[in-house]
Amino acid sequence: MASKSEEKIILAPVHFPKEILSRHLFETLETIFKRPVYIASPKLDLHPFFDPARDQYQSTAILKHFIKTTPRGESKICLLVKEDLFIPVLTFVFGEAHMYGQFAIVSSHRLREQFYMREENLKLLEQRLLKEIVHELGHTFGLVHCMDDRCVMHNSYTVEDTDHKNVYPCEVCFAKLDEVL
Amino acid sequence: MNENVKILIVDDELIVRESMKGWLEEDGYHVEVAETAEAALGMIGEKEFDMAFVDIKMPGIDGIELLKRLKDQYSTIDVVMMTAYASVDNAVEAMKVGAYDYLTKPFDPDYVSMMVRKIIARRQLEQENVRLKENIETALKHVHIIGESPAIKAILKQVEEVAVSDTSVLIGGESGTGKEMVARAIHYASPRRFEPLVVVSCGALPEGLVESELFGYERGAFTGAFYKKKGKFEAANGGTLFLDEIGELNAKMQVDLLRVLQEREITRIGSNKSIKVDFRVLAASNRNLKEMVEEGTFREDLFYRLNVFNIHVPPLRERVEDIPLLVEYFISMLRRQTGKQVEGITAQALNKLKQHGWPGNVRELQNAVERAFVTAKGKLITTEELAFLAPEKIPVVTSPSLSLAEIEKMHIENVLKECDYNISMGAKVLGIDRTTLYNKMKKYGIEK
Repeated sequence: MASKSEEKIILAPVHFPKEILSRHLFETLETIFKRPVYIASPKLDLHPFFDPARDQYQSTAILKHFIKTTPRGESKICLLVKEDLFIPVLTFVFGEAHMYGQFAIVSSHRLREQFYMREENLKLLEQRLLKEIVHELGHTFGLVHCMDDRCVMHNSYTVEDTDHKNVYPCEVCFAKLDEVL
Repeated sequence: MNENVKILIVDDELIVRESMKGWLEEDGYHVEVAETAEAALGMIGEKEFDMAFVDIKMPGIDGIELLKRLKDQYSTIDVVMMTAYASVDNAVEAMKVGAYDYLTKPFDPDYVSMMVRKIIARRQLEQENVRLKENIETALKHVHIIGESPAIKAILKQVEEVAVSDTSVLIGGESGTGKEMVARAIHYASPRRFEPLVVVSCGALPEGLVESELFGYERGAFTGAFYKKKGKFEAANGGTLFLDEIGELNAKMQVDLLRVLQEREITRIGSNKSIKVDFRVLAASNRNLKEMVEEGTFREDLFYRLNVFNIHVPPLRERVEDIPLLVEYFISMLRRQTGKQVEGITAQALNKLKQHGWPGNVRELQNAVERAFVTAKGKLITTEELAFLAPEKIPVVTSPSLSLAEIEKMHIENVLKECDYNISMGAKVLGIDRTTLYNKMKKYGIEK
């Protein structure tokens, strides 16, 4: 049984602009997941996971590699990348996580307004990033997609879906989360 | 809810299996993976899956072959084919074999998610449909003919034989024997059972309305036709038309009915447009139609068209052994309807019912049981509650020393006792009108 001090959330930016990760983002994650949030800088080379045919990075392979090279523990680790991610069967993903697992990955690539040929909006990017981090970490705690489109665990296929939902889980998902926290 | 949905992913590429499994599990589905078609077949043989995502190009048995085997052996699984190389030929072949859909990798996540939800929704509808049909089948089983007598067993066999075909059936038998129940049993055992069963009581149709009731009418066809109305023939389209008391149909309607049966089309009153109709005809009569044909009051051609198959329902007095079952059935039905805790009938009361003549047949028995049920004080119906029936059958004395008038007096007395001195019922049994019965009672000094 892990001690409480080992149960933490680690945000692991990989060539990712740390200035986006505001105090508000850390506090919100701590409020939702009831554990301290730290930042770490893993040494991870993303090039082997690049698919030139798709001009994207394969998130499943990144996660697999990261699991192999990281000692097992009780912390939840969320990789943050700015590269465009895909899983082989899908055109893209905002992120990926292991259900009931330890690891997750979130990309800011399609969360940025510039991707849609619009003017950069850092505040909006931070909001979207926070929602996607909460969403993927939610999966690592066993939460599945929620039917409530305002719940953070609702699946996002577009940034509009992400913008529409809240940062927090709905009551039902919160109750499920509380059971495992 | 989603965890009840079981999905199998069949792909030789590990990364595809893993990524798709992970992605679908995020939606809460139960997902399993197989590396080959052979492994998939083994898994499907042991567990039930709702849908399978199958890669077309795989070593060994390929995706199309696996699809064929799944459709052949496990047709309830919805199969979505996946390929990395879009090919119209492959897609066409997959759809021909019975794939639900065909996807080219990579998929748009929104599209796949929607597809899975659509498959689930369709399967739920299908399952609901099956459940509803089962419920209907269960409900329909209540439309059964009660009895264990050889006569009833023979009728049940005939119903079973004739139900599957589209043959016209003429059902004969006295009033109250259950001719309509036989017609219902035929309809509900036939392939038309999910379509309407339209009952037309020919004797109850007012003379002037027979045509409009059967054929329907257009708006303004006659005074009072404010709206167009479908007739019984149209209402029965696809199903069964049961013409009860067919012997009461007037000569003109006999001709019209024959034409409809021959041409299978009708024209509403006030219209010149003919409408195709497709229904099966069942008819019933308590009159001897053959005799009516000989007398010239019923068309011979119509008789032969209706009398392709004949079922005769015997009167209750000829199948006394069915009375206990019928009584038990009526009591349980009344108990359900009223909630009154009457559980059965005493042996003595049952004997009394068996000894009764039942001129009104099953319908009369049902009424008698209902009357006794209502007045029953305990858990069992006793002879006390059946006091309205004659205590025992009084044998008809046919001594040659008696005059005709004496025999008539005796017979009237017996019948009246059996009918609890109900004049209307007594007159009906005797086949005379009430006034004549009163006159005869006065003449012979019969009093209650």
